[in-house]
Amino acid sequence: MVASPQHEFETQDLLINVGPQHPSTHGVFRMVLTIDGEVVKDVVPYIGYLHRGAEKLCETMDFRQGSGFMDRTEYLAAHNAELSYVMAVEALAGLEVPERAQWIRMILCELNRLSSHFMFLGAFGIDVGVFGTPFIYAWREREAIIDLFEEISGDRMMYAYFRPGGLAWDVPLNFKERVREVLKSTRQGIKDFDELLTQNEIFRARTEGVGTISAEDAIDWGMSGPSIRASGVPLDVRREEPYLKYADVDWDVITGENGDVFDRYYCRLLEMRESVKIIEQCLERLESGIIVPDKMPRMLRAAPGEVYIRTEAPRGEYGIYMVSKGGNRPYRLKVRSACLSNLQALRQMSVDQYVADAILVLGSIDIVLSEVDR
Amino acid sequence: MNNSLFGFEINVWLDALARLGLIVGVMTVVAMGLIYGERKILARFQQRVGPQKTGPFGLLQSVADAVKLVGKEDLRPNAADPWTFELAPYFVFIPIFLGFVSLPFLLDVNIRLLELGLLYFIAVSSVNIVGWVMAGWGSDNRYAMIGGMRAAAQAISYELPLVLSLVTVAMLAGSLNLKDIVEGQANVPYVALLPLAFVVFFISTLAEMNRPPFDIPIGESEVVGGPFVEYSGIRWSMFMLGEYASLWILSVLTAAVFLGGYSWPFGEDFGKGYQLVLMAAKSGIFIFLVFWVRASIPRLRIDQLMSYSWKILLPLSLVQVLVVGFVQVYELPDAFLTVAGVGGLLALVSITGRAVASSRRLPGAARTMRSEAV
Repeated sequence: MVASPQHEFETQDLLINVGPQHPSTHGVFRMVLTIDGEVVKDVVPYIGYLHRGAEKLCETMDFRQGSGFMDRTEYLAAHNAELSYVMAVEALAGLEVPERAQWIRMILCELNRLSSHFMFLGAFGIDVGVFGTPFIYAWREREAIIDLFEEISGDRMMYAYFRPGGLAWDVPLNFKERVREVLKSTRQGIKDFDELLTQNEIFRARTEGVGTISAEDAIDWGMSGPSIRASGVPLDVRREEPYLKYADVDWDVITGENGDVFDRYYCRLLEMRESVKIIEQCLERLESGIIVPDKMPRMLRAAPGEVYIRTEAPRGEYGIYMVSKGGNRPYRLKVRSACLSNLQALRQMSVDQYVADAILVLGSIDIVLSEVDR
Repeated sequence: MNNSLFGFEINVWLDALARLGLIVGVMTVVAMGLIYGERKILARFQQRVGPQKTGPFGLLQSVADAVKLVGKEDLRPNAADPWTFELAPYFVFIPIFLGFVSLPFLLDVNIRLLELGLLYFIAVSSVNIVGWVMAGWGSDNRYAMIGGMRAAAQAISYELPLVLSLVTVAMLAGSLNLKDIVEGQANVPYVALLPLAFVVFFISTLAEMNRPPFDIPIGESEVVGGPFVEYSGIRWSMFMLGEYASLWILSVLTAAVFLGGYSWPFGEDFGKGYQLVLMAAKSGIFIFLVFWVRASIPRLRIDQLMSYSWKILLPLSLVQVLVVGFVQVYELPDAFLTVAGVGGLLALVSITGRAVASSRRLPGAARTMRSEAV
């Protein structure tokens, strides 16, 4: 018999620092991975690099400025972020939003969801390792939508177009034709992605069964948006508490089954088709009319009180908790960020996966760091 | 015997030096051309225009890049191992450079016609992995180290199917001399007789060159460039030059050993110009395929990469060697080889498909999405 060695080789886990400057962290985000070979043993996320005190700043801004500032918290879906804010103000000030403004808001929010999801698809394509092609495809489609936004609001990212009570100004005369034009290219773009990524065997092998999270865990972590729907929870604020005109149009809540990276990707892709459906119905029902209430006060003052308004942003539930003590600015504002809650599940999803998969998991929850850190 | 470069007798050493100088010059120019070509072709795939500002059609882009890279500061991290770090680029570059020696570019146009040319080529071209590991280890960077280790694992895994598929060629030609191998294909190129070996060879060369979908060692979205992450300026450009030079030599080798080199289809009697066009076209097809794959296919994960080589490619190429031996010993017609090769290809495809299906870690989960109309 050979004597067993006195000392076995000692192995040591390796710590690697992913971020704050790393191509796949989608912004200024840092996570420290403890890896054993290629397997992730632990993940410690560090957030806050982009903290600008947005909530505190909002206390110094009147409602008109505040809605514009909300764009900065969620720059990929600024319309959706504005929406929560202006709805909170409207609830406190008791403003009735005209029909036309509501339909336009809905169209713009869904268009913004499309552009944001395109951004996700492109960035995710890079995370999986296709050299640029999905990114440029996504950029092309997103560009068409952003151009439309620019024609409407005058800005490509920071629109400041939704105002308490309605809209800043009316949309251009050729609005309907332009939206239909954009939708045409969008539909083609979604199809392109279906063919480029969804039907790719390597893509499926990389994403399926990776980074799973069960429905119970997803609920416990407070996840929302496509990230929780992929786990099979049909949670969609547009369905749960319909705001704007979502109860009046016909659309489906997309849910996945396995809660893996692929489902989170595919939920978003299918959700885009639903968005297109919603926008088409909105366009048919959009009629001319006023865009701000007739009796709009010159200086908007909210009644004392507090309100929590939640809407379904592309990344999940984007909530605004607003306390007013009277006056023209919020006394306290709290943003309920979907990304922050979704990010909490990162550790659970990426432990015991490969390093490459941890990157995919991070990509699949589609974080926007300015929303996480605010 | 007069086989001097210039057609007249000169000193052997001078001749060797002149030939070496020629390789350096030609290789640099071709590598720059390939970089330009890759950028243009990828741009077309991605609906961009690619480089266009430097010179006519952006042809001078590579020159401009080279000037910029040479002008950059040659940084070395303080903690890096000076010798390992600084020598690593040479260990990547020189073996590839040596690979040129035995290649049959045109009839009687080569650096040295080696009797064991194929063996020599395989031997020298696999040395460059030492440079990768050195770069990974010497940089004192954890990303670089992971990348270097991945490169080593990958090179060892894919060297075997690569060599085995070349062994079948050598068996058919009955020679390791690349000139004999090319001339053995005057009637039928070996790709027609050994389709399976060709496909295995192509896949293995992609891995050998660390090109997508096997760019795991440099995986931009995971290890941020892998072993190259700490390199800059001239040393980094040597790595890049090595990468494109290896793309070129492997494309010439493919053209020579599988596609009939300069001799198929019309023999060798049409002069050097014809042979040049033929070789350029054949290696061009290979290079274009490599670029195409890069533009459209995601990266594999390291475990998938390893198991694909060891469990699928290696056994199949062993079977291919057996089949060729069988055919040669029993003097069966060549058509038998083609049939067996096509059968092997079908087996490769179906086994790959099943491997992809079984790599999904959720057993039997149905991949359907529900759309829920609540």
